[in-house]
Amino acid sequence: MSIKLTIMDQMRQIAREHGKTLAPLRDDLVLLDSGLDSLGFAVLVARLEDTLGIDPFTAAEDAMFPLTLGDFVKVYENGAQQRAVA
Amino acid sequence: MKMVRSNAPSLKGRIADAAPERFFWDRAARLCVNHLARGTSLGGRLAELAGRSVVVATASQLTTALALIELDGVARRLTILPPDTAADHLAALTACAEADAVVIDEGTPSHEALELPVRVVCAPAIVPAEQLSLPQAQTEWVLLTSGTSGVPKMAAHSLASLIAPIGAGQRLDGAVVWGTFYDIRRYGGLQIFLRAIIGGASLVLSCAGEPIADHLARLGRCGVTHLSGTPSHWRRALMSSEIGKISPRYVRLSGEIADQAILDSLRATFPEAGVSHAYASTEAGVAFEVSDGLAGFPASFLDHDRDSVELRLVDGALHIRSPRMAERYLGAQQAPLRDHDGFVDTGDMVERHDDRYVFAGRRGGIINVGGLKIHPEEIEAVINRHPQVRMSLVRPKQNPVTGSIVIADVVLKADCAHSGGELQIKNDILELCRDALPRHKVPATISIVPALDVAATGKLARRYG
Repeated sequence: MSIKLTIMDQMRQIAREHGKTLAPLRDDLVLLDSGLDSLGFAVLVARLEDTLGIDPFTAAEDAMFPLTLGDFVKVYENGAQQRAVA
Repeated sequence: MKMVRSNAPSLKGRIADAAPERFFWDRAARLCVNHLARGTSLGGRLAELAGRSVVVATASQLTTALALIELDGVARRLTILPPDTAADHLAALTACAEADAVVIDEGTPSHEALELPVRVVCAPAIVPAEQLSLPQAQTEWVLLTSGTSGVPKMAAHSLASLIAPIGAGQRLDGAVVWGTFYDIRRYGGLQIFLRAIIGGASLVLSCAGEPIADHLARLGRCGVTHLSGTPSHWRRALMSSEIGKISPRYVRLSGEIADQAILDSLRATFPEAGVSHAYASTEAGVAFEVSDGLAGFPASFLDHDRDSVELRLVDGALHIRSPRMAERYLGAQQAPLRDHDGFVDTGDMVERHDDRYVFAGRRGGIINVGGLKIHPEEIEAVINRHPQVRMSLVRPKQNPVTGSIVIADVVLKADCAHSGGELQIKNDILELCRDALPRHKVPATISIVPALDVAATGKLARRYG
């Protein structure tokens, strides 16, 4: 599964678990409007580290938390690429 | 508070040379301790230790036991070193104890800090010796607390405070053989050592590094009837195929929160046994024992003093005042052990559920998830309710959104460890947590692990602040 699909899959799973309704998952979706709250994103980052093996935010100290879903996916794609190079 | 100190007989005075004989076992030896009434393990050098501040630095628990029996009522102070005392701390500890003598055995590692004016070797054997008439001392017993870092604190007890929890009811019918998963050089284990002596019972000592299966088999061979340990000790024992080798009449838990799952497991494994969980700490002593098979303790314990033990809650933390607690910490720099009312702050947080208080966790162990405070023990108790879970550890994980988040490591029961379906079990556990806990307490992830570390204290190792 691609990183993007993994992320979207996990978001749907967490929304189900937390009883939240998810907005349609498009690249320009602002994360604050996605339906997940901060605890939901905290769980998402932890789960993604389990499935993808990276936490790009904790690894890089200056990493800003992205605003949109597209940017969020990019952070993980870049993280995976950096790990592949290293 | 003014403490009433009885002039109780010394330990040696309680070792009658009459029948019934009682034995202390370790892995290598079995000794009839009655012989101490007319013998010695200290090479006949007891008189040299009279009135001194003695550090007991023996490597084996058997020699520790023998030395303690001989020295109580003779030495001015007994400082008992647990086996894992860091060598770096020895100098500070012996200085603080104003030690001028040390008891060692052949396994004691040599260390400069133990080069004290009098060095006596304790042998794992008792040889006949003439009994000297030595001046009676009110021996101060110093126990080290199990702090996570820095030099351990030194809590000063008397024999009277140590044996105060051992009521008349401890003189039990029939031959009693005590066993403990603890080391007797810690409060929990020392209580069992003293119970064996006061109750005229035998005692099976634990041995560091002995596999749990061997220990259980040895307990079985010695016919253990009364067995004590932490919930973590018991969870490990229940994972062993050798658990069937023992059939204790009395099962005791202390030192950690006894959740309903471990109490139920023990009752199912030993249907004939009484199962009790005790609340105790090195500083506060044994505060109470609960024998109704339920986790926590009746709320009425807070309303009525029981056996001169007073409990009160301060900001959710349990405070205790009783004749069983330590007198003070040794060392001028230490904060007082008791508050101005004479209560000890245990740092253990309790919550009321109907007519019962349950332990929530340690005040210092709180995990902060986005500003919400979590006791990991509360989540572990829920996870442990899953029928396939043997034990669990909930710990914080750094998180860019909420600062921390909780995750769980889970050990499955032996018979399901290889049955596959781990994903299903993880999902079941998460569902259990979602049903029982608010969202922020549900672990973000669950890992199935083969084992969890148990520290030398018998408690689950929690490697975070």
